[in-house]
Amino acid sequence: MSSTDVAVLTAGLRKRYGETVALGGIDLTVPTGTVCGLLGPNGAGKTTVVRVLATLLRYDGGRAEVAGFDVARQAGQVRRRIGLVGQHAAVDEILSGRQNLVMFGRLYHLGMAVARCRADELLDRFGLADTGGTPVKQYSGGMRRRLDLAAGLILSPPVLFLDEPTTGLDPRGRNEVWAAIRALAVGGTTVLLTTQYLDEADQLAGQVCVLDRGRVIADGSPDQLKSRLGGDRIDVVVRPQADLPAAATVVSRAAGGAEAEVDPDNRRISAPVCDRVRALTEVARALADAGIDAEDIALRRPTLDEVFLHLTAERAAEAGEAKQEVTV
Amino acid sequence: MTTGVPVSSSSSVDRLRWAIVDGCTIAQRDLAHWARQPARIVVSLLFPVMLVLMFGYLLGGGMAVPDGGNYREFLLPGMFALAMVFGVEMTFTAVSTDAARGVSDRFRSMPIARSAVVVGRAAADMLESAVGLTVMVACGLAVGWGWHRGIGRAVLAVALLLLLRFAVGWLGIYLGLASTGPDTLAAVQILVWPLAFLSNAFAEPDTMPVWLGAVVEWNPLSSTVAAARELFGNPDWGGDSWVAQHAVPMAVGWPLLLLAVFVPLSACRAHPSR
Repeated sequence: MSSTDVAVLTAGLRKRYGETVALGGIDLTVPTGTVCGLLGPNGAGKTTVVRVLATLLRYDGGRAEVAGFDVARQAGQVRRRIGLVGQHAAVDEILSGRQNLVMFGRLYHLGMAVARCRADELLDRFGLADTGGTPVKQYSGGMRRRLDLAAGLILSPPVLFLDEPTTGLDPRGRNEVWAAIRALAVGGTTVLLTTQYLDEADQLAGQVCVLDRGRVIADGSPDQLKSRLGGDRIDVVVRPQADLPAAATVVSRAAGGAEAEVDPDNRRISAPVCDRVRALTEVARALADAGIDAEDIALRRPTLDEVFLHLTAERAAEAGEAKQEVTV
Repeated sequence: MTTGVPVSSSSSVDRLRWAIVDGCTIAQRDLAHWARQPARIVVSLLFPVMLVLMFGYLLGGGMAVPDGGNYREFLLPGMFALAMVFGVEMTFTAVSTDAARGVSDRFRSMPIARSAVVVGRAAADMLESAVGLTVMVACGLAVGWGWHRGIGRAVLAVALLLLLRFAVGWLGIYLGLASTGPDTLAAVQILVWPLAFLSNAFAEPDTMPVWLGAVVEWNPLSSTVAAARELFGNPDWGGDSWVAQHAVPMAVGWPLLLLAVFVPLSACRAHPSR
């Protein structure tokens, strides 16, 4: 019972708050040892999924299992196998980092000596050995998050839930946390993380579920999701605004033919690309040939906004077609 | 990876043992706070001392005391009880801070005894209040207060004061769990200050308008204050009402009633999902 191929499983998971439907039937399968990203805007239901799976919230219908145990009926078994890192750094501000880890270790029923030893191990692993005796109040945002992660890992749980693990961190803190999560995944921990950033899911997750208003609207690897949108994009900023229409034609042709979006306020043209590097060189050359002065040319990942608008537009179109079929 | 999944404890004896151990771990956390913040402890101990000196000497001269006694003899039991009631604010702040920071959620996602977090909290608060009360008693002895009906009754009076602290502690736990964060402390103070001052701690209910006197006499704090004066042998006006005549049983009954209400409410709040 302790090892299964599926670490997290939900089927038709539903939860409502009064009239509001928080989860409208979520199906989720996370294979053991993988990293799954729950992607979506605020209010999509990401945190609700995590709270249900971490035994903090009772659900109304469907099924939820973690590490082979039913979340509702075997909550105690589930709690012994999970780590939870929430949106806030859920640690004691007054105590030192080491005191926090020893306290949580004691609450996991480790003996004092073992708890101390484990605390030192984790401080060392997360680069906090030098500051282990400092009150958490004096930690930076990145340090707090790493301590928070360490506290979630005291029992080396096979399944770890991370709820927006890098929200509010500066780039350096974010990189530190990403590195820590990657190391866990390499070590075989199953990670379910929620995020608002496609970039973050791309960096960490092998599988991404896009949530909108309590439903999964897309599911797949980051590459699959991005290819549904037409992959990466190229942004070109031109100097004189008068050049925009001509530049849009040039960029669109050079980038592979798809229509370019024009943002006149920022003098920016954006077009989807298939072959990143070729598109970059083609666009640069075509602009130079046409005598258009570019201020900036950049390749970038689509933003969550773009993926999200694209996916919801797809769904609306599908719904429209389905309706037409019915009327015909 | 040195640690594995701990053996699940199934028997009820094991569960009780872990509930106690977990409660102690949580209480130890608060004791560690003392060591980390000695200044806060000194301030929290000096505040009631300041109250004693301020009210004892500022108002003392102008207050008539039954049987022509010393106002500070009359005042001290009220000050003891006030300090107990103000403990609500401390409990509230600690509980609501944990809830707002997600520390409570972390505890709940761990395989620990469900009761441990609140029981540990209550234990730590009781310890802090016992120390605070000891300091106040010492301060009282220094300014001329004392007990006159034997050590046994004095100990009973102290026990009643701590019982009140225990009961209002659960009120603080409930409010902390129900609140949106420690910044709502002001709302709790609006609740606590009338409870503290609309009492017989400073003045005689008989001198107040009838309706106010009745409110004051039926204030749980007044029963504890009257019972403490009776047991310490300090001067009191007594009063003819039923509630004033039965101060000691009421000083037991009120806290038990508060506990009967707020312990189950807190348990529901602590586990809204169960």
